[in-house]
Amino acid sequence: MNALPAEQSLPGKVLHEESYLREGFTLRSWLLTRDHKRIALLYMISITGFFFLGGAAASIIRLELLTPAGDVVDAETYNKLFTAHGVIMVWFFLIPSIPATLGNFLIPLMIGAREVAFPRLNLASWYIYTLGGIFVVITLIAGGVDTGWTFYTPFSTLFSNSNVVLAVMGVFIVGFSSILTGLNFIVTVHRLRAPGMTWFRLPLFVWANYATSLILVLATPVLAMTLSLVAFERLTHIGIFDPALGGDPLLFQHLFWFYSHPAVYIMVLPAMGVASEIIPCFARKQVFGYRMMAYAILGIAIIGFLVWGHHMFVSGQSMYASIAFSLLSFLVAIPSAIKVFNWTATLYKGSISVSGPMLYALGFVGLFTIGGLTGLFLAATALDVHLTDTYFVVAHFHYIMVGGTVMAYLGGLHFWWPKIVGRLYPENLARIAAVTIFIGFNLTFFPQYLLGAWGMPRRYHEYAPQFQLLNEFSSTGAAILGIGYLLPLGYLTWAMLRGARAPSNPWGATGLEWETPSPPPKENFAVIPRVVRGPYDYHPSGASAPSGASAEPQA
Amino acid sequence: MSAGLETPLQAASTLGTTVDVLFLTMLGVTGAVAIAVAVCIGYFTIRYRRSSGADRSNPPSRVRWVEVTWTATPLIIFLGIFLWSSAVFSQFYRPPRDALRVHVLAKQWMWKVEHDNGRREIDTLHVPVGRPVELIMTSQDVIHSFFVPAFRIKQDVLPGRYTSLWFTATRSGHFSLFCAEYCGTSHANMGGGITVMPQAEFAKWLASGPEQAGLAARGFEIYRRVGCSGCHEPTSTVHAPGLTGLYGRPVHLSDGSTVVADETYIRDSILQPQKQVVAGFAPVMPSFQGQLDEDDLIALIAFLKSRARPP
Repeated sequence: MNALPAEQSLPGKVLHEESYLREGFTLRSWLLTRDHKRIALLYMISITGFFFLGGAAASIIRLELLTPAGDVVDAETYNKLFTAHGVIMVWFFLIPSIPATLGNFLIPLMIGAREVAFPRLNLASWYIYTLGGIFVVITLIAGGVDTGWTFYTPFSTLFSNSNVVLAVMGVFIVGFSSILTGLNFIVTVHRLRAPGMTWFRLPLFVWANYATSLILVLATPVLAMTLSLVAFERLTHIGIFDPALGGDPLLFQHLFWFYSHPAVYIMVLPAMGVASEIIPCFARKQVFGYRMMAYAILGIAIIGFLVWGHHMFVSGQSMYASIAFSLLSFLVAIPSAIKVFNWTATLYKGSISVSGPMLYALGFVGLFTIGGLTGLFLAATALDVHLTDTYFVVAHFHYIMVGGTVMAYLGGLHFWWPKIVGRLYPENLARIAAVTIFIGFNLTFFPQYLLGAWGMPRRYHEYAPQFQLLNEFSSTGAAILGIGYLLPLGYLTWAMLRGARAPSNPWGATGLEWETPSPPPKENFAVIPRVVRGPYDYHPSGASAPSGASAEPQA
Repeated sequence: MSAGLETPLQAASTLGTTVDVLFLTMLGVTGAVAIAVAVCIGYFTIRYRRSSGADRSNPPSRVRWVEVTWTATPLIIFLGIFLWSSAVFSQFYRPPRDALRVHVLAKQWMWKVEHDNGRREIDTLHVPVGRPVELIMTSQDVIHSFFVPAFRIKQDVLPGRYTSLWFTATRSGHFSLFCAEYCGTSHANMGGGITVMPQAEFAKWLASGPEQAGLAARGFEIYRRVGCSGCHEPTSTVHAPGLTGLYGRPVHLSDGSTVVADETYIRDSILQPQKQVVAGFAPVMPSFQGQLDEDDLIALIAFLKSRARPP
């Protein structure tokens, strides 16, 4: 998608004098910024902090599970650790991860806008996120919470002796930052597209974040209401969920999963968007079946609202409800399958270079495929009866959310790092890290499929001795995975300060974000570009951009 | 997590074997897809690496028949697996009529089991091989889940209602029982074992228990003691619905609806009598909330079942 009169920055041109990074160096200029790019960086720093905090909890969990006996921490601490891990990773890392950082930074650039629609709300969203985060940190300092991230009633409302209300408030608050981000993206995509940027010229990354935003806006309020009711029952003892008070515990599960299943798509759709940018670029080929990809994104977002009951096949809900939810869950797998086939077909007759971002993107496709296929086992009622609440489920959603989303997030960070900080990351280290993460991830989570199929329940602080060997593999993998995650933290930070200067378009990529300097000026574009063709105008045999706006890839 | 318990790979129940066939088929189908995707990605990445001179003429960006094929094929396979799985799943909800009924009460953090003849056990369940067993389960506090991996069965156990589960064990042995729904601090230790024994041995075991009145007899004693009989006996002068033959029968309610008198209905009628008033009767029954514990309710229900009319 090349623009006609966009500012023509030359390949190799050094850091632009008027980049958004140079618009003030004080703390105040960052904390009061309304620039979507700076807010993206604020988010990036915050979620990185929470990622490693959640990761620390995971490390202790894996250390504990090295042996069948509960010898590292006691049962209560273990329960608080997996709760903290879940709450932090889901709401304070995964949900904001790609949308609030890469989405915030890139959506205006990709559609040729100078800003998001509501810059002040965008900043408010980050402050609300931070406030929610403070609540969670206070919860941890006050002694933690032991309900699991799912807050199942009536355990959470009347039986747990931990800081449930504090934790629930943290999640309640952070939900509003999600809603504001979603609202902002929806209006931005509708109203601020550059001339010529029609809906079917939008990069798939924008489509994915648009669909994600719809889910954020529609589903998050249900979570807010549900968690309010949990706090209400806990504080007033007025029966909502506890049958002893006249409530219904399954009502909670219906409400909770009505949000939390779509939330899975909040976490994975943006990752699909990232992969859909990286793969065509390094295959030098137009994405296969662009329209089908866009429809698949919307299909997943819509059907994703109708499958929540597949978390409840053994909960005591009606058999007919379970069968209906099973059918819908099989149906939602179809657009996901289409996407995997399309990414694969994009490689056919391409001109492929296996750079760092490409390794991450291909890793994403592989792990997402395994995660998606094992999801079919769980969609099948008769199999889910045995597999639900075992390590099979733990493995499945980690393949989707960690194997899938985190891999794609890291791929996206590498791909756009030159754009974000104006400097290149060290390519060899990136490749080593991608391979390390891939190996570490599989070693950690593949054994968990076997454990689950064998019958090991999740959330067990101690376990039967026959499960030990596979748990040892898993814990070893976790150590490798941890090292893999620390590598990019190190070299990307180094690259930000010391890396070689990046040209405006180091990959020879299409997309408006590559037609403005790296890093972009505060207003993004000197002249708002006029879009004359669709996205992914790559050609395997030659340069991608006939307008000459792009450089040859340097990696 | 006592030793000597089996969590075998091979299913030890009739339904479990059916589930395993489905599982292995699913593994074959998904495994084939995963391998095909991996082979394609690997092959394309090598063949079309930038330095190769492979033919790249006319790279496709959209091929209608390919897209239709790879949408329709999974759809058909998925629908097939869905139908198969649903058929198996519906068997989980159809316990044989001659199933041996056992009551299970879950609480933080133990499983209390009571057989019809009054024999009780904690964290163990003895059952005969080759005979269907139906568990009627409820919880005294939070949600638990009764999980026997060897039988491929799992069912959440909820407070305030009864859920059930059935299986027919196919071989003798000791099998792990786990709580699969997170239920608080000692969740990981809320386990036990299922002991499957030959039928004759089981009959002997059942009879040799500590001398105790049968469950229904105990229920009858409670029925007299707390005063149910004062109103519900046919000879009573109070206008109250009769209870003989109640269990399993449809009941017409004053709001015009009809419910089947199952365990949960009977329980609710005792604890929250105003919730579902029988058509034609005044809502005069007091609640017995607080006077009866879960064990008493199980006994009362067993007593009412024993008064069910023969089918």
